[in-house]
Amino acid sequence: MSELASESVSIGAPSTASEPEVKAKKAKKNDKAVSRQQLSFGKRLRRDWPLLLMCFPAMALLLVFHYVPSLGNIIAFQDYNPFVGDDPLEAFLYSEWIGFGNFEYLFGTQAFWDSVITTLSITAFQLVFYFPIPILLAILLNSILSPKIRSLVQSVVYLPHFFSWVLVVSLFQMMLGGAGLLAQTLRQAGYTPPEIMTNPDTFMFLITSQALWKDAGWGMIVFLAALAAIDTSLYEAAAADGAGRWRRMWHITLPGLRSVIVLLLILRLGDALNVGFEQFILQREMVGREAAEVVDTYVYYQGIAVQQWGVGAAAGLFKAVIGILLIVGANKLAHRFGEQGIYSKS
Amino acid sequence: MSADTVVRPRRKSSRPVWEEKPTLLGQFSKGTILTAVVAVVIVPLWVVVVTSLSSEKTINEAGGYVFVPREFDPRAYLVIFSGGQVTDAILVSTIVTLAGTALSLIVTVLAAYGLSRPGTLGHRSILFYFLLTFLIYPGMIPSYLVVTGLGLKDNLLALILPTAISAFNLVVLRAFFMSIPGELYDSARMDGAGELRILTRIVLPLSKAVTAVVGLFYAVGYWNAFFNAILYIDRNDLQPIQRVLQQFILAGQSPSTSGAAVAIPGLGSSVPPSLAIKMAVVVVTIVPALIVYPFIQRHFTKGVIIGAVKG
Repeated sequence: MSELASESVSIGAPSTASEPEVKAKKAKKNDKAVSRQQLSFGKRLRRDWPLLLMCFPAMALLLVFHYVPSLGNIIAFQDYNPFVGDDPLEAFLYSEWIGFGNFEYLFGTQAFWDSVITTLSITAFQLVFYFPIPILLAILLNSILSPKIRSLVQSVVYLPHFFSWVLVVSLFQMMLGGAGLLAQTLRQAGYTPPEIMTNPDTFMFLITSQALWKDAGWGMIVFLAALAAIDTSLYEAAAADGAGRWRRMWHITLPGLRSVIVLLLILRLGDALNVGFEQFILQREMVGREAAEVVDTYVYYQGIAVQQWGVGAAAGLFKAVIGILLIVGANKLAHRFGEQGIYSKS
Repeated sequence: MSADTVVRPRRKSSRPVWEEKPTLLGQFSKGTILTAVVAVVIVPLWVVVVTSLSSEKTINEAGGYVFVPREFDPRAYLVIFSGGQVTDAILVSTIVTLAGTALSLIVTVLAAYGLSRPGTLGHRSILFYFLLTFLIYPGMIPSYLVVTGLGLKDNLLALILPTAISAFNLVVLRAFFMSIPGELYDSARMDGAGELRILTRIVLPLSKAVTAVVGLFYAVGYWNAFFNAILYIDRNDLQPIQRVLQQFILAGQSPSTSGAAVAIPGLGSSVPPSLAIKMAVVVVTIVPALIVYPFIQRHFTKGVIIGAVKG
């Protein structure tokens, strides 16, 4: 396949090494690599076996808990029945192969397509109402002169990123839920509190505010790093030429953020079917299936709760394949726009 | 968003000479927005902490959540730590977090070091093996079948092993190890040091900060783990804290604590109100994040977190 481009996702300023130095280092490493290639396999094995051994535990763990289950997706082509064998492996061997039967069932099910549509609408909604917020916040914060205020705000808004979804949803429930702080205050003032946590019509706004509360601050980091990398002499020159603050923002700040924005947009598009899982499984019962069923929760309920293993696996596989296609497609798009993308052409 | 959003150089705290004087309106709206943003994060946490430390009387007077602290009543905490479901859950989460972080760190550091020198045997293929996890990921159902097939149902290892390796953390560590000058390795090898010795005596001491950050990221992941517990843990006494939080706050069960029924010596016989107990559970799930957070923050502002993904 292709190579993952170097330094595509760099958060924060890395080391102090300037570019020529890095290049020199790379060249040196390449030289070494070439000289090492010329040794025979046996010699290299004798020299490198401790390093290989060190990689082994991590490889074994990933094999068992990542790659075997990835291959296990082929039960999507089976009428998998866990009771025909003593353990999942035996059950897999004895289960009947039914070709695309599970997919036919899946594609004929309205509930599945509903979950796909819900997922895609959430992605679209959040592209508009979530995606720009960290950018605007970063630009705003970057304009604050006092380093004290800046680092105080940063410390506070990064924090929720380290909270679990259970905690975030719980906090929302405690603040905005039927027995929450807002309802309590409104009732004491004599008003009827609105339904916020259980209203399927406003669910999109609810989940987007939760996502913003949790991750908008953390999302600033990349943009703050990009803003710090913009050469300030550009601003000075522009100001000397009479460009006001808005023109400087339009002609210097935004172009400076362009490649980061494009990269993150691509990542988001490639992840269009991933809108988070725990957030929805936690609230699915509160707002009902129609509003909160995304592809991931559909997989869970079909596969594990209802025990239609094959159908659930088929939905999961469908999502994974579409996901890979989306990433490759989005990356192609990035190359067309002259950006580096996630990985470079090889 | 705001009326005045101009970027200034980072290193200077004062306004550069070429920049216009800030307008009063601009300053005001910036201040308002930032205050609102900070308050939105802080206020819920504040209310939770204050309510968890309030007595029944205060909670009743306030009609529920308490905004202004009146007293310091730690009984809710004594109750949740005096046995019962919450105590079990705290213990389970602590064990999973400590053991899991140790395992993840050891395995990740070893692999990152093993991959830190290009040109070694199998280097490219092994790296590709790790990077491929970004693109191909297992479905929920096959994972469930593998983990239960290994007999890990109702076993705390089911909360550790499936999430033990993050290829992202591995790549971050590897990038840092690669930035250590090769001369250090060479001279150590000249002195007859083996790879493990080089790793523990030279590489790790030089990369304390980045290793700590990676460890903290793993720890936060284990502490926050929720869904794997739904999948793999049925027994009540093995539930992690996040599951208990979900049951209390979102599913609306009231905390069952064996300690709640018993009067706590020296504190009178009245049981603290259940709202305070619920809030105490919330605080307990937050506290570990609050403790590790300053460490992580110090390091990521120094630019430790780099994802130099390289083929």
